[in-house]
Amino acid sequence: MRFRTVLIAAAAASSALATPAMAHRQWLLPSTTTLAGTSEYVTVDAAVSNDLFYPDHVALDPAAVKVWAPDGSEGKVENPSKGRYRGTFDVAIDKPGTWKIGMERSMIGGTFKLNGEQWRVGGRRPPMAPGAARPSGAAPAGAAPAGAAPARAPGAPGSAGGQAGGQPMRMVASVAEIPAGATEVKLTESLSTYAIYVSADAPTKGVLTPTGKGLEFDPVTHPDALVSDEEAQFRFLVDGKPAAGVKVTLVPGGKKYREAEHAQELTTGADGMVRVKWPVAGMYWMSATTEDAKPSDKRASARRMTFGSTLEVVAP
Amino acid sequence: MTSSKILPAMPLLAAGLVATPALAASVTITIPQVKVAEYHRPYVAGWLEPVGGGSARTVFVWYDVKKGGREPGTKWLADLRSWWRKGGNTMKLPANGVSGATRAPGSYTVPIPANLPAGQYVFKVEAARETGGRELVSVPFSVPAKGGSASGKTELGTITIR
Repeated sequence: MRFRTVLIAAAAASSALATPAMAHRQWLLPSTTTLAGTSEYVTVDAAVSNDLFYPDHVALDPAAVKVWAPDGSEGKVENPSKGRYRGTFDVAIDKPGTWKIGMERSMIGGTFKLNGEQWRVGGRRPPMAPGAARPSGAAPAGAAPAGAAPARAPGAPGSAGGQAGGQPMRMVASVAEIPAGATEVKLTESLSTYAIYVSADAPTKGVLTPTGKGLEFDPVTHPDALVSDEEAQFRFLVDGKPAAGVKVTLVPGGKKYREAEHAQELTTGADGMVRVKWPVAGMYWMSATTEDAKPSDKRASARRMTFGSTLEVVAP
Repeated sequence: MTSSKILPAMPLLAAGLVATPALAASVTITIPQVKVAEYHRPYVAGWLEPVGGGSARTVFVWYDVKKGGREPGTKWLADLRSWWRKGGNTMKLPANGVSGATRAPGSYTVPIPANLPAGQYVFKVEAARETGGRELVSVPFSVPAKGGSASGKTELGTITIR
């Protein structure tokens, strides 16, 4: 029972951002977002949990984290460690300006039918149970070279998962492994970004420059200049254009010490903007999600996009 | 190096010979005594903001100027969080006539720049103390000089503009 929960959570860790209905939240929590001088470090916690920011569920692996320095160069994750509930790492903030620290992920997932049986595409493969039956010809998990699969005879796609709860879990790792005979192919592209921003001396906007791809955070109020008695204005873009109807959730940390979650649900207007009022100072978890029908892969029908961040709001 | 123009209040009064033109305003800052087991002199910054908008101008910042090494005194300047956001984060320190060492409890008078355009301003003083509190006091004033006064509760005493 417990084991299954963890499995689902592991999948949530990788795709939670693509599925807003999933309660588990992925987060990075920096020790601070504002530093004086360029001889400092920021130390970051990384985890997946329901309540913010309590690492009580699944650790995020610092190996997935990238660092963008203010000048566009790549920064370094130092002292990475993955504990039971929490990953941690340090970043030397040794150049002035705003740094971006986070993860980017894109995948195509969904389902198809083969000989009347339902198969899943993408997601994380559950560990193979010892002695679990595999469909004949299936390669061990993870060993199937992508691209080789379509040539395989129908009935033997790349690989298969183990048996869980008596239900066969049939799965291929990627779109490339969908066999030619597949029917009812339903695929969704998921793009997710989670990033935190840390500034040494004056904040800069270099790392916030939009790339024009997917859902992007284009803040009018700098994320490292948030004050509890000042309204913040955040714009969201999809493919470089202001995106209306983006759902933005903001949750302050520290629920343990109050009665309610105090989550705010906002939606961007035609100008792609949300205006945020902060009920209290503190660290906030933000998640913005939207969906459209412009996936990069022709076989996919929808594109789900998520942008997440942890924002520090100081008292005036 | 950091020859600040800060003078103790008493000598300034004694030097009252100089006819004070309307623009030669000054601000007097009181750092209160705080009775705690572990006391450190606070970091204090003072700046003015035009009421009609425009950039803030730092008048003084008192911090541990001499401390260098792995944890220089500048490290905790960001604890003056309002000042840091309003201009501290773009300043090169030490700054001549602006930065100075931390002060013991007492009253200190600092001249306000004489070249301010006429208008409404707010003078802000922020203090942050290691293992202690942090406080921000705002005093509205205008040029030509019309002074004002406000008091802090914990980390700052009376702030007076004359």
